[in-house]
Parts: sequence; structure tokens; C-alpha cells
Amino acid sequence: MFVARSIAADHKDLIHDVSYDFHGRRMATCSSDQSVKVWDKSENGEWHCTASWKTHSGSVWRVTWAHPEFGQVLASCSFDRTAAVWEEIVGESNDKQRGQSHWIKRTTLVDSRTSVTDVKFAPKHMGLMLTTCSADGVVRIYEAPDVMNLSQWSLQHEISCKLSCSCISWNPSSSRAHPPMIAVGSDDSNVTYGGKVQIYEYNENTRKYAKAETLMTVTDAVHDIAFAPNLGRSFHVLAIATKDVRIFKLVPMRKESTSTGPTKFEVQIVAQFDNHNSQVWRVSWNITSTLLASSGDDGCVRLWKANYMDNWKCTGILKGDGSPLTGSSGQPTAMSTVVGSSVQTSQSVLNGTSAGRAWLLVSSTQACVA
Amino acid sequence: PFLHALTPTFLFVSQVKDEDIYSPILRKLFNESHHIFVGLQTIREDLPSKNKKPQFVSISKSYRSVIRACMEELQQVVSILLAIELIWNLCEVLFIDAVPAGSLLLHLLDWVRLHKADVDEKAREVLQSESPVEHHGYWDVVVSYVLQGRLEEARQMLAKQAAQQYADKNMYKLMDNLLSKMPVYNPGSIHTLTEFDVKWRHWHEEVDRCLQDKSFASNVHLELICKILVGDEDTLLEHKELLSTWYHFLVTRLLFAHPTIKPTELHYYAQSCMAMFLDSRSAPETLDSILLAAFDFDIHQVIKDCSIALNNWWFVAHLTDLLDHCKLLQSHNLHFGSNLREFLLLEYASGLFNHHSLWQLAVDYFDHCPEFGRVYLELHIERVPLDTERKALKVLRICEQRQMPEQVRSICKIMAKRALRNNRLGSALSWSIRAKDAAFATLISERFLQDYCTRGTFSDLDLIDNLGPAMLLSDRLTFLVKYHEFHKLYGEKCFTEAAKLLLSLITAKIAPRSFWMTLLTDALPLLEQKEVSQTHPHLSLGLYDLTVICVFWSFQEEDIELTKVELLRLALARNLAKAIVKEGTVDA
Repeated sequence: MFVARSIAADHKDLIHDVSYDFHGRRMATCSSDQSVKVWDKSENGEWHCTASWKTHSGSVWRVTWAHPEFGQVLASCSFDRTAAVWEEIVGESNDKQRGQSHWIKRTTLVDSRTSVTDVKFAPKHMGLMLTTCSADGVVRIYEAPDVMNLSQWSLQHEISCKLSCSCISWNPSSSRAHPPMIAVGSDDSNVTYGGKVQIYEYNENTRKYAKAETLMTVTDAVHDIAFAPNLGRSFHVLAIATKDVRIFKLVPMRKESTSTGPTKFEVQIVAQFDNHNSQVWRVSWNITSTLLASSGDDGCVRLWKANYMDNWKCTGILKGDGSPLTGSSGQPTAMSTVVGSSVQTSQSVLNGTSAGRAWLLVSSTQACVA
Repeated sequence: PFLHALTPTFLFVSQVKDEDIYSPILRKLFNESHHIFVGLQTIREDLPSKNKKPQFVSISKSYRSVIRACMEELQQVVSILLAIELIWNLCEVLFIDAVPAGSLLLHLLDWVRLHKADVDEKAREVLQSESPVEHHGYWDVVVSYVLQGRLEEARQMLAKQAAQQYADKNMYKLMDNLLSKMPVYNPGSIHTLTEFDVKWRHWHEEVDRCLQDKSFASNVHLELICKILVGDEDTLLEHKELLSTWYHFLVTRLLFAHPTIKPTELHYYAQSCMAMFLDSRSAPETLDSILLAAFDFDIHQVIKDCSIALNNWWFVAHLTDLLDHCKLLQSHNLHFGSNLREFLLLEYASGLFNHHSLWQLAVDYFDHCPEFGRVYLELHIERVPLDTERKALKVLRICEQRQMPEQVRSICKIMAKRALRNNRLGSALSWSIRAKDAAFATLISERFLQDYCTRGTFSDLDLIDNLGPAMLLSDRLTFLVKYHEFHKLYGEKCFTEAAKLLLSLITAKIAPRSFWMTLLTDALPLLEQKEVSQTHPHLSLGLYDLTVICVFWSFQEEDIELTKVELLRLALARNLAKAIVKEGTVDA
């Protein structure tokens, strides 16, 4: 069963993003009140705010954690055209007693000339790399050559997407069979360039990122995008939050030995759900890519699961106030676990009553539905 | 608590925690009653008893309501367990044991009897009463025994009645005779099923004759029993409350009408019995559908229905695994089979991983999922929160046993980083050695050396002394260990050894440049030692050579500590004089 817990986040304005850390024990929220809050989960399961500070001079759109191998590191991005990297400093003993910690800014990335709409760390096997995307359509990839020095970042790549970007996602696969791959979503209203999702791939020879694929069937504004964990498969799975929830399968096609360009993909749509009946704002996978969570303007969070025949179905719905909706079969839904994964929720932007509150998918027992 | 060494660099104290002894429901009892307890302590002593008594009563009622709440929860759990035991038991009979005709009915009888324990309770109540035959439940018990095929016990009960009924003595004797003669299939006997069938038909005809002859017509109870024995459906259906379930009805009907039923014939009877027994208005419940699917030998449907109906993967995962081992899934559709087994096991084990201690059980499940087990384990195990060193070591042991070097490295790195953040240099060093992270080990060694420079002492000496070959992970680390060794030798007044070591540290180029000044400062007192300058003039000369080079070099570095340099030059000069004299003396 789901246990949904409400936390009075005390942000003074809309919360735009919620992000779990790698182990699911810490959480960061960011808001239009220009601040970021960090929450820690205590042994008894209660969430406590252990830090709250002003991070930008505009709405903070996204916040994300680096892999714990790099320490306790956060990145945020904002309407103020910057992205910032923050590191937690172990505080004085009296701070620890009060349960507070301090975060200091390590660097500000100021290359963007427009609002920075998403910030993500690349998979850890690529080193300490940070990626941003902006409303001006540029994706920037930064690297910190010395992982012990978080104040030094160099801009390694600038990818011009020609469309205003809203979200990015790295393919988490560390397999040598897959070169680094990043998906970029756009919420641009321009209809000339049809596909609103672009896939870029790193080329070892040119040492540059080149476009490998555009998903032409996605023509509406894309709000969120997420590669599923790879599980050693040869193909990739990508979830997209747009006017509905879509799951795509990207199957790399065999490269001829003379081919030096990016991988060609066969694009298959695995599932499409319009149950939210409104704009879908976030999609997030669990650790094993067996569960996808989506949130939409209908104020609901929906969970999607595939059975062993690879048929995707909705296995549960959480309303914006945290109460469960009964499943389509009329039976009470029982949900599968999401704790410890990077499933995030985001209340819909239009649902004003949710401003300041963050909803968490907290706990679980086992699931049903074959 | 017990001590054990896990690796050369760790020593550990473990403790047995008794938290897992208490189930969650008892924990609920403890939590809620704690609250009541605290409330009770705050009742003021000075109040008169007549004011306190209502409060005490109220508290007493609070305690009881907590007990009842726990009972309710337990009852829910018990009823779910009862249901899954019922289903599993039937699956065992039909699929796993796969008993053939003849034995099939016997097993089904056992199955029904196991799940209808209330008969024995009622029987006890009747037998313990003053006059059992006059007890209002007497005939219900007798009929229930008959319905369950427990004819011996029925005979015993009837004997009590017979003893008191002189008028119907012959009828009771006849009934007893019928009951004793009913053929019961014996799987071990030399007689075949066909022979049994013949015998049974003879008996059945005899019972029927009794009915036709109206042998029991004057005794309504015995007549009823006779009708049951002949397998009369309407009579059986008149006793729905005693049967209580359609599957009891099914088994009873088969017992008295088709005891040689074949497994393949079951589904037809199951369907019709369910239809006859249940109200046509009410839809079959989930449990009914599952049992029906089992009688249908539709294993896939059973698994599917159970997956939907039951709020946990436990049941379907374990049952399907067992069925797969019995090679029962493979005969079905090619799409699933062992894939279905693995799918369910993966789901179940993934769920376990979220529990703070049950996650360890999940490991074995993943180990036995050939296709995706390993990758699922890799993904899950690296997310286990590393709350304590003990937990981290547990996780590591699992990874190391399964050759997961990347996960080992990552976990050690996370722990090293965390230790460094909290300024626990010794711990950070241990973890980075275990991670085989040379760069990080170098960094931490630098911190140790910096600490030494500022405070003049080393921390974590035990660790540094006992690294063994691990010290070779990084040059800086090797230097740290050897440098500490130098200090130890000096402290033990083994000046010659100390001087040799110091010399080798500089010549072998392990010493970082930033440290040369410190080393030379260390060399100073050595040069003063008689032992060095007089007994081993070569050593001292060697030191002299090097220090000269260092001093000249140091003039080019930016931050020169002039006082030190001056002292050094003075010492060198004095020492050189001594050495030359000594050399001269020796030569001469």
C-alpha cells in the first residue's frame, strides 16, 4: 500500500522540482521563492529540513544531486540565466545538534543568455560532468577535471538545438557498447521544426556530440524526459512528458564498419497514455526501469508498470492531496516500491493549493497486476 | 558483542540486536501502550480517589482497545494466510503432487478437512456436554462427519445414539453396517482402480436399495444420512450451512457419486458445483475464481488471478518458482515459463530491498534469476543506504563474493569521501585503500602530512603502522608510512636506522618536494647525533651531500624559512668538520 506523506515545505512560492539523492535518504526542493531546501530522512521516516538558502535571483527551475562518490553536491538552475553548484560543508558541532547543515556555492555557470531550464549531472562513469539546457536552445556540457575542486569547471561542449530547450536526460548506461547519449526535450511553440525530442550522441573520433535522432512524432511541447536504467539491454527506453505520457524504445541499428556518423536508431513507441487528460509535467523511472511515475495538470501522480508480456498498464493513481484513487478495475490499488529510487513528484503548476507542498511517494509493500 | 577482524585494516565489534524478534504488530502494541503509560504517570497523586477512578477505568479501556486493534490486524493477516494456504494446498495436490484418480479424491478430502476445523470444535462441545445425544448440535456433528467422509467418527457418534434407541436398534445397526462397508481407495493395494470402482458401485447400489426399501423412512436423521451416502445433490444442497463452501460441496459430491474421478474431469464438476451452490445473483469472489482456475488446471490463470488479488508478490513468486522446478510452466505457452518465474521473483526481491534488514534476503533471490538477477542486484545494492560502517561492510561482502568490482569500488569511495568530509582521516584512508583509489589515497596522505606539519604529531598511528603492502597503493601513502617509521626509529633512538631511512626517502624520490624542508629539519638533530657523525661518517657525508643540494635548491623556492636554513647550514658546517676529522682519523 502507498503511504503518502505530506510535508509542509514552507517554500513561499511554487515548488518547481523535487529531487531524491542517490540513496533516497535526502531530498532537495527548489522554488520560485529563489531558494533551495534540503531535507533529510530520519530513522523513524520523518523528513526534516536541514538547510534552506537563497540560491538565485530568479525562480529556481530544477535541482539535482551529484553521485555520492563526489560528495554531497547539488546543482540548481534558474530563470536568472545561471546554474550553480553547491557543496555541503560539515558544520560546527552546535549546528549538528540543531540538525542544520551549510551549503556553499562552489561555482556559478554564467554562459547562458536566457533562462536555464534544466540541469543534470552526467552518469558517474563519465567523470564529474554537469549539463545545462536553456531557453535559447543551447545545451552546455561542463566538466570538473579535478573532482576534488568543485570551483573549476570547463565548458566542454555547446550543442545548439535550434529549439528552446526545456529538459535533458542522460542515458545512464555505462556499457562500452553505448557511447554517451543525451536526450533533449523542447517546449518550443515553433512548428517548423517538427520533432520536439532530439537525441545527441558522443563521437569518439570527432570528440563532439552529434545529433543521432529526432523523434518526429513528438510535436507538442515536451516538459520532461527520462531515459530508463539500461539493465544491460542493447536498446534504450525513453519516457517523455508532453501532452500525454509516452514511452519509446530506441533500437540501435547495426553500423557498417565504414560508418563514422552517429548510431542510427529504429524508434518504436512502446506505450502512450493520455489518462492525465492534461499536460504531463514530470516522468521518473524507478531503479530497475520496471516502474514509471508521471505527474500531470490533473493533479494526479500515476504509476505505470509492464507485465511480463511487456504490456504497460496503470497500476495506481495518487491524487494531489495524497489520497489514492481506486484502480480502473475497481479494486483498491496496491503499489510497488519506489523508495530509494529517483522517483520524484511534482504537483501541477496550475494546482494553486499545492503551492508550497511537496508530495512524496514514500513507502510500500508489494504490488499486484500481471 | 563479539569481536572479529574482517580485513587486515578493520577490527569490528558486533552486537546482536533483538529488534527483529518483535513483529510489526507487537511493535504497534508497544508504541501505542507507551503513550497510554506516559499519560497514566501524569495523573496527579494528590487527587482524591473518587476523581482518579474514572480516569483509571478510562486508561484501562484504552489499553484494551489497543489490544483489540492489534488483534484485528492480526486477524486480517490470519485470514489472508488462511486463503493462501488453501490455494497453495490445492495447487500442491493438483499440480505438484499431481495425484492420479483414486488418490485424488482422498487428497481432496484431506484438503477440505484441513480447512474446516470447526467440526472438531463442535464435536468436542457436544461430547463434553452432559448428554451428547440430546445436545442440539449432535446431529449437525454427525452429518458434518459424513459430509467430510469421516465415517468412523460418524459411527462412533451414532453408537451413542444407538445405545439409547432400543426401538430403532436395527436401523442403527443397518446404518452402521453401511458406513463401515463403504470402500475407500487404497493406493498401495494390489487392486486396481477399476476393481475398486466395481466394489464401490456394489456398495452404492446397496445404499440405494436401502433408500428404495424405505429402510430408514421412520428416522428422519438416518434417512438424511442415507441420502447423503447415495450422493443425492438436493440433500447435499439443503445443508449449505454445514458445507459452507462450494468446494466442500464439490468434494462431498464426488466422494459419494464419483470417487474415481480423474483430474481431467474435475473442472466440469467444479463448474457445476459452484453454479449449484452459489446464489445465482452473487458473482463469484476472487478466491472462487482462483480455485476454479486450479480445478481447470489453468496454472497461468491461477498465477495471474493471485497476482491481482493478493496484495503481495510473496505467494505468486514462491509458488511459481516451485511450479517451474516441477517443470509445469514450460509445457505452457512459450512466451512465459521460466520468464514468468524470473519476472515474479525479481518483483518480489525488489520489494524486499526497501526494507532496512530484509534486503539481505533478496540477494539470494537475485542470485537465482539467471537472466536479470545480476543486474538487478547491482542496481539495488549500490542504492542501499550506507548508514553505518557495519552495513557498508555487509554490502561489500555481498559484492565481493559475487565479483562486482565496480560496486565495491563505488561503495568504498562513497565511504571514503564521507569520512574525509567528517575529518576522520584514518577511516578515509582505510576506505580509499579498499577502493584501490590511488588518487584519493594520495590526497588523504597529504592531509595526514599537513596535519603533522601543523600539529607535530600523527593521528591514526595504528592504521598507518599496519598497512602492510597496501601502502604501495600510492607514492604519497608509501612516504607517509615510511616517514612515520622514521619518527618511530628516532623515538626509539635507533639513529642509524633512522638516518638510513631518511636518506633513502630522499634518494628514492618518494618524498614530495613540499616536504623536503621538513625532512631536512628532521635531519638536523640526526646530524648532531654522535652515533651518526662518528660511527657512520659515510652516512653523515651522504646526508651532507644531499642536504647541500636541497639547501641550494630551496633558495629557488618561494617560501624559504631563513632561520631553518641558517640552522641547517650551521649544523652542516659543524658536522662536516667532524666528519672530515673522523675521515682523516680513520685513514690515518
